[in-house]
Amino acid sequence: MSKSKNVGYKGLYGYQKQKEREGEWDFYWCDVMWLRENFDHTYMEEHVRICHFRNHYELTRKNFMVKNLKRFRKYLEKELGKLDAAKCDFFPKTFELPSEYHLFVEEFRKNPGTIWIMKPVGRSQGKGIFLFRKLKDIMDWKKQLCGFITERYQWLEWVCGKNPVSGHDGNRSDDQKDETQVENYVVQRYIENPYLIGGKKFDLRVYVLVTSTIKKYKKAFSRFAGSNVNPDVHLTNIAIQKTAPDYDPEKGCKWYLQQLRQYLTAKHGAQAIETLLRDIDNIFIKSLQSVQKVIINDKHCFELYGYDILIDKAFKPWLLEVNASPSLTSSSPEDYELKYCLLKDTLHIIDMEGRLTGKEKRVGGFDLMWNDGPVLREDGNPDLLGNSNNAIANTHLGCENDRKKQLKQLFKVPSVQKKA
Amino acid sequence: MLDEETGVSVRIAEIIQKLQGSGLPSHLEQQARWKCLHRTDIRLESLKEDVKEFLKKTGWEKKLQNAVYRELNVLPPPGHPAAPPEHLKEPLTYMRKAQASWEKRVLKSLNSMCTELSIPLARKRPIDEQRELLSKWNEMGTDEPDLSRFRPVYAPKDFLEVLINLRNPNYDTNDQLGFKSHLGLIQVPLHVKDLLELKEAFAELSLNIGQLGIDDATHVFSVEVFESEHVRIGKKVLAEQDSAAAQQYIRQGCPTGLRADLWALILNVTNHPEATLYYEQLKSNVIQHDLLVDSLIYKDVKLTASNDDYYFVFEDYLYQVLLCFSRDTSVLEHFTYNSASPPKSYIRGKLGNEEYAVVYPPNGMIPFHGFSMYVAPLCFLYHEPSKLYQVFHEMYVRYFFRLHSISSHSSGIVSLCLLFETLLQTHLPQLFCHLREIGAQALRISFKWMVRAFSGYLATDQLLLLWDRILGYNSLEILSVLAAAVFAFRAENLMEVTSLAAAEAVLADLSTLKVMPLLQIFLFATVT
Repeated sequence: MSKSKNVGYKGLYGYQKQKEREGEWDFYWCDVMWLRENFDHTYMEEHVRICHFRNHYELTRKNFMVKNLKRFRKYLEKELGKLDAAKCDFFPKTFELPSEYHLFVEEFRKNPGTIWIMKPVGRSQGKGIFLFRKLKDIMDWKKQLCGFITERYQWLEWVCGKNPVSGHDGNRSDDQKDETQVENYVVQRYIENPYLIGGKKFDLRVYVLVTSTIKKYKKAFSRFAGSNVNPDVHLTNIAIQKTAPDYDPEKGCKWYLQQLRQYLTAKHGAQAIETLLRDIDNIFIKSLQSVQKVIINDKHCFELYGYDILIDKAFKPWLLEVNASPSLTSSSPEDYELKYCLLKDTLHIIDMEGRLTGKEKRVGGFDLMWNDGPVLREDGNPDLLGNSNNAIANTHLGCENDRKKQLKQLFKVPSVQKKA
Repeated sequence: MLDEETGVSVRIAEIIQKLQGSGLPSHLEQQARWKCLHRTDIRLESLKEDVKEFLKKTGWEKKLQNAVYRELNVLPPPGHPAAPPEHLKEPLTYMRKAQASWEKRVLKSLNSMCTELSIPLARKRPIDEQRELLSKWNEMGTDEPDLSRFRPVYAPKDFLEVLINLRNPNYDTNDQLGFKSHLGLIQVPLHVKDLLELKEAFAELSLNIGQLGIDDATHVFSVEVFESEHVRIGKKVLAEQDSAAAQQYIRQGCPTGLRADLWALILNVTNHPEATLYYEQLKSNVIQHDLLVDSLIYKDVKLTASNDDYYFVFEDYLYQVLLCFSRDTSVLEHFTYNSASPPKSYIRGKLGNEEYAVVYPPNGMIPFHGFSMYVAPLCFLYHEPSKLYQVFHEMYVRYFFRLHSISSHSSGIVSLCLLFETLLQTHLPQLFCHLREIGAQALRISFKWMVRAFSGYLATDQLLLLWDRILGYNSLEILSVLAAAVFAFRAENLMEVTSLAAAEAVLADLSTLKVMPLLQIFLFATVT
């Protein structure tokens, strides 16, 4: 079997454009572009693995994610009641533009003076994001973007879903977005009271591996904004570009989760941190549940997501976005170590060699979080398992990473049952 | 020698005098005067007793106790009534002389930098500059002033050279090297504890007593019992607000969630509004005047804390604390028991004229390379600038000042170095001699750890566990023990090196070390 970690390379075979040569790989760490173009007409044998789901964008494109979450929330409210539905309230009020423009304006008018953030659905790393407080700012921004004076009717056309330049209907499939003109955007309530450390804003990056189960990587990190948050955000008429936390995930300052956990425990006590971590777990599970029925579950597919989470002053975690291709380049030796181990453990779990039973609760730095139901630590008292509030979840986020020891133990046990 | 009774009464008088100068008497008076006014349990006939009872019930007796305890911890034991005040600072003459000449050198260096760069030591800021600084107060880290011309006034290794050359002129080390000769770099005959005495002193760290930093880390059922029990006791201690109890408690380590409050209790840092006001006043001093040392502080923070993986986040807090610290004249009080003396500067043209002498910087402390690392770990515990400031202030005037002044005190850096070398020579003689032979004397490597109290070398959680014990035992000797323990831990690798650089490399990264097991093994499991 050939195992290939490089994008586009298939070990001995090398990357070739001819269609007849494709399919001669066993494991492919591809990029989403390749997937989009080739997945549908690639035959994959049973043992073959590929690192993306066909329609991962249901989770990773901001507009789709929001749509799925909203739908899931409604479903929960109907089936289980308001309390359970409230567990989905981890994303701020969001509207898709241009399709939900009117709904957005209604909401906007209800809360004058609040700050909203505009994000293009398809782009990453903070490109094209800006904040605004007045509706007029959107118009000014459009002028800037299009580079010509937008007549009012063109503006209205955009709002009504028509591309002002090409005349195409704006509701085309996101796969073929127009390069120069209108993209779809989401507009979201800006989280104005983020939790600050040293006066600095930060977000959390957690890695979640989805196969037939959900696993979460223990070592996460928080990325700090380069400069301090100015409590009076001053916005001019032309909205400022990119004031969200430094979206270049590789530049700038990081704290590993263990550090963060210690700091927060010293400030707020162990109980508050446990609750926070449970709420964060809840984000992963609910977001993945919301797309469970939508994402085509192909057993060849697995995906390593990068979740970006923001914590506010009230200690509530908010989901910012989910990345399908989280950056795996590293900015420091420590970072390299983290990413290297992350990838190594991912490969262990994919288990091309069939060494694991598939029932392990921990593989290296990954904790099994969900397997058709929440996964709990063994030492939970059997009586407590029923009561989901007290049960100790099988999660060690931010704990010491003794993965080497764990892996050694894991591979020592002879696997009686092998994965098919 | 003072007889015991006189000694006690002298002590009491000292403490009363100290407390008179603090805010406590007026607070007590306020409580007695106004709070007792309408209370029915206070009767005129038994006024004194009732008021005392009231103060006891409302926790003010505890506060008084804590304040007295603080003074007992900090003030040196009373000396002979006929002894001059210098003896309180430092009883040994040759040490005083050495400190004085070191200070002269440092001040000279500062003055020459000042002349070279033609920057005044102090100047008043113009109004618009003041306004600008005020608006940027919370994010001074974003400033990128040109600091290339500034250099730190001195670095720890310069100080080490001075200590190595310290000699007691009265001591005749008849030249023969005997069995008991000290072969280390420090050659002054100070008394340091041996292992037996250390075992006694640090009895609570022994193997059969639970410790945070060891007994909370293993995955054994009984462990959770220790940790939760310890936390329970900690909460109780906090509820009682008893400094002495807290100090005893913390010897076994402090739970993360309780640490901020426990340290504040032990250091007797209260939440009085006066303290906040005082901090605000210091802040306005910073705004109004610019000092040359400010640039030194900036440079130090940029060179050290900003580059640290953990502490870079707190860069702005560090400026807010250190700039204010250099204006704080209350720090001058500690010079009564510090062998150092505040440097003086003279108004232009009046050199030598005491009437025109002024202490510079106002707090009497010239920062050196790495100074900001004393503050950085505290940022993990306190995020409110005035509280952070007060805690740092207390930590400095109780402990940190001893790490960079020449004195014979058992927690002074000279004794710490000597203790370290003695422990190593006695218990790891092979290693000690090997390092000596290759010109990599152990102290050359461990000095920087001790001067900084290991800040920036250990992982933060480990550092805080170490500082727990500094507070608990009211002594810095644990730094020497830890340094020796680190060498013991890496002894095998160190025996194989053949140069100072290689030895440095073996000991370059301490971030994975677990402090408490190392200390326990060295103190209680070393074969003597």
